[in-house]
Amino acid sequence: MKHLLSIADISRLDAIKILDTAEELAKVSDTPMKKLPTLRGRTIVNLFAEDSTRTRISFEAAAKRLSADVINFSSKGSSLSKGESLKDTAQTLQAMGADAVIIRHGASGAPARLADCQWMSGAVINAGDGTHEHPSQALLDAFTIRRHLGQGREDLTGLRVGIVGDVLHSRVARSNVLLLTKLGAHVTLIAPPTLLPVGVESWPVSVSYDFDSVLESLDVVMMLRVQLERMQELFFPNAREYSRYFGLNSARLRTLHSDAIVMHPGPMNRGLEITADSADSARSVILEQVSNGVSVRMAILYLLLAGDTSIEAGN
Amino acid sequence: MAHVSENILIKGGIVADGSVKDILITDGVIHSVAVSLNAGDARVVSAEGHIVLSGLVDLHTHLREPGREDSETVLSGSKAGVKGGYVALSAMANTSPVADTAGVVEQVYRLGKEAGLLDVFPIGAVTQGIEGKVLAEIGAMADSVARVRVFSDDGNCVSDPLVMRRALEYVKKFNGVIAQHAQEPALTVGSQMNEGIVSATLGLKGWPAVAEEAIIARDVLLAEHVGARLHICHLTTAGGVEIIRWAKARGIDVTAEVTPHHLLLTDELARSYDPIFKVNPPLRTERDVMALRQGLADGTIDIVATDHAPHPGESKECEWQEAAFGMLGLEHALSIVAQTMVETGLLDWAGVQDRMSTAPAKIAGYGEHGRELAVGAPAHLTVINPKAPYRVDRDSLASKSRNTPFHGMEFTAQVVATLFHGRVVFGKDRFQ
Amino acid sequence: MNTVLSAQDVSRALSRIAHEICEGNNGAQTITLLGIPTRGAHLAFRLATLIESIEGSPVQVGTLDTTLFRDDLRLKAPRALMPTRIPSLGIEGRNVVLVDDVLFSGRTIRAALDALGDIGRPSRVQLATLVDRGHRELPIRADFVGKNIPTSLSQNVKVNLLEIDGIDEVTISEKVSA
Repeated sequence: MKHLLSIADISRLDAIKILDTAEELAKVSDTPMKKLPTLRGRTIVNLFAEDSTRTRISFEAAAKRLSADVINFSSKGSSLSKGESLKDTAQTLQAMGADAVIIRHGASGAPARLADCQWMSGAVINAGDGTHEHPSQALLDAFTIRRHLGQGREDLTGLRVGIVGDVLHSRVARSNVLLLTKLGAHVTLIAPPTLLPVGVESWPVSVSYDFDSVLESLDVVMMLRVQLERMQELFFPNAREYSRYFGLNSARLRTLHSDAIVMHPGPMNRGLEITADSADSARSVILEQVSNGVSVRMAILYLLLAGDTSIEAGN
Repeated sequence: MAHVSENILIKGGIVADGSVKDILITDGVIHSVAVSLNAGDARVVSAEGHIVLSGLVDLHTHLREPGREDSETVLSGSKAGVKGGYVALSAMANTSPVADTAGVVEQVYRLGKEAGLLDVFPIGAVTQGIEGKVLAEIGAMADSVARVRVFSDDGNCVSDPLVMRRALEYVKKFNGVIAQHAQEPALTVGSQMNEGIVSATLGLKGWPAVAEEAIIARDVLLAEHVGARLHICHLTTAGGVEIIRWAKARGIDVTAEVTPHHLLLTDELARSYDPIFKVNPPLRTERDVMALRQGLADGTIDIVATDHAPHPGESKECEWQEAAFGMLGLEHALSIVAQTMVETGLLDWAGVQDRMSTAPAKIAGYGEHGRELAVGAPAHLTVINPKAPYRVDRDSLASKSRNTPFHGMEFTAQVVATLFHGRVVFGKDRFQ
Repeated sequence: MNTVLSAQDVSRALSRIAHEICEGNNGAQTITLLGIPTRGAHLAFRLATLIESIEGSPVQVGTLDTTLFRDDLRLKAPRALMPTRIPSLGIEGRNVVLVDDVLFSGRTIRAALDALGDIGRPSRVQLATLVDRGHRELPIRADFVGKNIPTSLSQNVKVNLLEIDGIDEVTISEKVSA
């Protein structure tokens, strides 16, 4: 594994290895030993061509705990927002000697372009690209689910996960569908037909237009952010109607079985896809997702950068 | 390369009907065609084992001049054309300035004459600035030196049904034709690739087949209603082929084209996120490709047109959604048609001559082109070696641009010579 | 392949080390055993059991993974992390005994000392190893040694333990050149 571009590129065993490594790193983080020397001397560039404070900070914390040098390269005011080409950016990073680039980009496939081009040689980590994928988010979601409901198993076999909302525009949904099914979970996408992609029938998931009819069966309810602009694009009539059919509220929360958990990748639109009391309920693991994010991203950085990356990973 | 007309005897080539003939060319004209001819003072070139067709005619070429001479010029495009076996190109109107006045079409026509390698026939815009609102000076362009007969807003769809209706009616005056880029704009805002399984996975905004088919259906009905001629550019969908088939059965005067890339490539290639495969209309599915080949074989689709669309490197060395739409086509079109249609048994060489020379010349009214290899016809010829495997190399193209999606692919048939008015405007091997 | 320690030899060596650790630390109260995974961890738990039976009181025992502190990470493919489990009393002010199966270059122990330094400040750190095969590359020595086995660099020393390998023994073999 040289890059992390898409969950499609990693095997079930790779995924489990990342989760297991994250588990160990989480324990290390619980001790006073917050900083590890593992990536001393490695340079990691945070290339954020799109705003995302939480993902950037999470990766930055992960890299710093492993003692890597972190260079932040954000879009605001930088050449990226002035139309500098991806090629020029890549060549600049190469000249700076970046060992890895963590890239957040509005264009689907931008990380793949960076990885496949001959413009730079470092590892590329996709921190969310357009409406394509967000692999580290899916890994931290799987990590969180496994901690709560895994019952000591290495994967998620038999768990039923509902992903609710704007699947069409969600990179989190795409990565989670690939990862959770790879780990044995059964995924149901719950959305109005307008917010499901044409071609979804080829995905290894069930689809439901009726949240209430599947609620009881779910172990995990993963709510997706819905942007209000989608209303103008006619994906749904208005916020009230969206919330009525696809929002998570206290009534729906009560319908869930007693062990079920509620997740959200953030940032939340409280009152639209999730009510405040649902987000703050005891079932909500939303803040845990955030803290687990650092351990999972440490694991990703460790596995991609600590070893001799020219050798295939063994045991 | 010979720049003056010489007398040539092409010996032993296989002509479209499959027979072996000698062809004697004098003063730029076919002097005689027979089983065995004496050379007299003519240079003798053996074409044994080679296919000799009426010179190829492209109905859809972006030559980029005026305005984007960094990506192609009339001269560089002409060189690419003759290398691909073409003797006539139709320069699309979406230049800068747009070819929506007699002045611009005459400029392009004159540049073609100056290049002198083949005929460059300008296509006029349907609407001013190809904005789809107000008709361009269609009459003036038709009456100009360029004598424009084909009008297209290609790049944009003439989406307003009233504008389309008026345009179809208006060109009847001089037996012109409207070449429609069929793309319903409201269904394709920000679209990046074919909408389907691959776009769902890649998270790229979909360009649904129905956006093409809805316009084709509307326009064949409009053409029927006003009794006008309609040409559909770059057909890409199985559904589109069905609609054209239906319209022709109904007697509607519609013709359609398919590009070499849509005969060969599918949307699976987008998985690389390499925008070299980004084109408008987009690459579709395997099922569509098969329907297009069938449609071209049975005559539902009348012609192959390249939609040769040169772009500078920086337009493709970027993220997919930032990249320009379009790919090169002139230099490999014949090889691709041979591979997808002839080698598969769907079309014989007579069929290739029809789809790539005779039919496009007829649709556009290029009277000097697409004629049978008969005595007295202008000597516009394409000579093909059907068994000369080669690998495409984007670094050795005649075009000014390198955006070929075929780089690294291997084809079997290749053009070895192109004769324009009896001059060898492109020749390799013994034709040099 | 030669067997240099049998199951009985291993058992005897561990017993002796357990006694030596007790003697050297005035009993078990101040000791924290930290085994270096994988086999060092199993040895640490065995020593803890032995010491408990000698002293009649429980011993603090845990594991310490050194992977993240190694200086040769870049020379090999990325390794899976092994558990680090620091027992309840921590290491602050304790007599920490590191336990490993084979002492060779000393680099693992150097990494272990770095890892310890990040966790706290023991009052003393000692090292117990089942086998010392020599060829140190760092100024490190063991306080408790099961057996010194002179080897050449062309040889492999392999410790097999019941918990993982199904048998207790130590073998020497010639390296198979790649």
